[in-house]
Amino acid sequence: MSTPNTPALRGVSAGRKFKDRSVQVLVYVAFALAVIPLVSVLWTVIQKGSKRFDGAFFTHSLNGIGANDAGGGAYHAIIGTVEQVALASIIAIPIGILTAIYLVEYGRDSRLAKVVSFFVDVMTGLPSIVAGLFILAFWLLLLGFSYSGFAGALALSILMMPTVVRAAEEMLKLVPTDLREASYALGVPRWRTICFVVLPTAFTGIITGIMLAIARVMGETAPLLLTVFVTSAINNNAFEGPQMALPLFIFDQAGRPNDTAIDRAWAAALTLIVIIMLLNLVARVIARLRKPVSR
Amino acid sequence: MTSETLEQGASGALGGRERKLSTGRLGDRLFGISAKGSGILLLLIIAAIAVFLIAKAIPALKADKANFLTSQAWSPDAAEPRFGILQLAFGTLLSSVIALILATPVAIGIALFIAFYSPRRLASGLGYVVDLLAAVPSVVYGLWGLQFFVPKMASVADFLHGNFGWIPLFGGDSVGGQSILTAAVVLAIMILPIISSISREVFLQVPQPNVEAALALGATRWEVIRMAVLPFGRSGMVSAAMLGLGRALGETIAVAMVLSTAAGISLHILKPGGNTFAANIANTFGMAGNTGRGALIASGLVLFVITLIVNMLARAIVARRKEFV
Repeated sequence: MSTPNTPALRGVSAGRKFKDRSVQVLVYVAFALAVIPLVSVLWTVIQKGSKRFDGAFFTHSLNGIGANDAGGGAYHAIIGTVEQVALASIIAIPIGILTAIYLVEYGRDSRLAKVVSFFVDVMTGLPSIVAGLFILAFWLLLLGFSYSGFAGALALSILMMPTVVRAAEEMLKLVPTDLREASYALGVPRWRTICFVVLPTAFTGIITGIMLAIARVMGETAPLLLTVFVTSAINNNAFEGPQMALPLFIFDQAGRPNDTAIDRAWAAALTLIVIIMLLNLVARVIARLRKPVSR
Repeated sequence: MTSETLEQGASGALGGRERKLSTGRLGDRLFGISAKGSGILLLLIIAAIAVFLIAKAIPALKADKANFLTSQAWSPDAAEPRFGILQLAFGTLLSSVIALILATPVAIGIALFIAFYSPRRLASGLGYVVDLLAAVPSVVYGLWGLQFFVPKMASVADFLHGNFGWIPLFGGDSVGGQSILTAAVVLAIMILPIISSISREVFLQVPQPNVEAALALGATRWEVIRMAVLPFGRSGMVSAAMLGLGRALGETIAVAMVLSTAAGISLHILKPGGNTFAANIANTFGMAGNTGRGALIASGLVLFVITLIVNMLARAIVARRKEFV
């Protein structure tokens, strides 16, 4: 039953086809434009960083290393970074998760929850240097404490909180309401429900978010510059005296004119990138292995 | 339908507005209060940032002999302190806006590529590759920029100056690598992942019926994007770009390392020189005295206010869009 009079379907006109093709090319080019700097950064860091990526680099500090000398390492910086980030996590993670619990479990529709949620978003965009200035103005200048790793950790924790809140909030929202209701139906009080039913269900997702937050603050330099100061000696005590951190080490060494210092900067950059990429990778693997129970 | 029942269930279980924080038991009360307290603590931190920056900025501002908003000088530790933010504000805005102009089209292209052009199975992996750009710390971008990219940009600057020197933007007498343009390109690379990941999210929310309707009308892929995707995602893309702008405005270390700072306002973006709020703080903090620190805190306060406004506008646009969808 074909109708003989239908005009034959003509294909897409040349002009439209051309436009479609050229946009496709542009979009591919855009993606290539993003990959080029990524590959370039990673390649130069690996290539130049491997030169000093040796045993001495991880076991020695820069104490007593003259301006022109080779050798020396970033042990003091690695210790500092680990301590500062650990302290920042201890402060930021509980506050972040509790805030997320408030937003999801208690607040939901209340006005306060909306305000908190809005300002968490705003805080995500807080320039890191402003967090450093705040700790400088408050902790160092007003309260009169001196430069220390802990001051740096305070600044880092401010940068970490919004990321933790957002990650935990997303995961808590995914926990099915049936689970909560089942728990309530058994007469379990609300806080026990949250601690022993809701949080464990969302656990892997929250861990992923926390690791990404740690990876983010680990590379922050600007706030540490204002709060931790710079030293070339090992200082294991984060609560007293200036410390060092890996990003600060890179910044400090990169600003020097000698090749030996520049090499150390590259090696530190490689160390930092390896740690951050590992954190990222593990976080993604955890997220993929056990996705939270969703609808 | 499942989502509908879930919503109902959620509001039923979690209670409406009047629902109290606890059942009255001690453990419950403590937990509810500490959860609420953490939320309030976050608000207090934001407020404290503003309050303490203002408190520490005021003495320096009082000592300032020049006009803080219009002066181009920066010598706060002189016997007669004179400092102003005009050149800092100019350099910050110029570099960020150039970065935004460079990054936005590319970022939206990336988002379109991942959402509509790439093979389905690769999409999330490719998104992860772009997100890796965000994982690289800014100090590493700074090191890369200083050691690797600046020499490359020096020849680009020579080329642009030689061929397009008649355009005022590319003019000036001694062009070089450590310029506002180089800083802007590095910033553009850093804000790419933010803009593209938010745009991608918006594109994925485009109602499937709209896309299918356009396809059924015989539209090519580009026409689908132009008719169904871009109009839907416009406000989302605007706010993504603004969030990118907020990030670029506050970026510190990469700019401080790449830019060779110089006083004064100049539109010649190929010339080494210019300065930004954040870079100025990072570069001069080590030598700053008492008034100097106050002056830096005052300039940081201005930066804080600017980024706050940009971020709030961006979030407000997103929030308004949510109500319509």
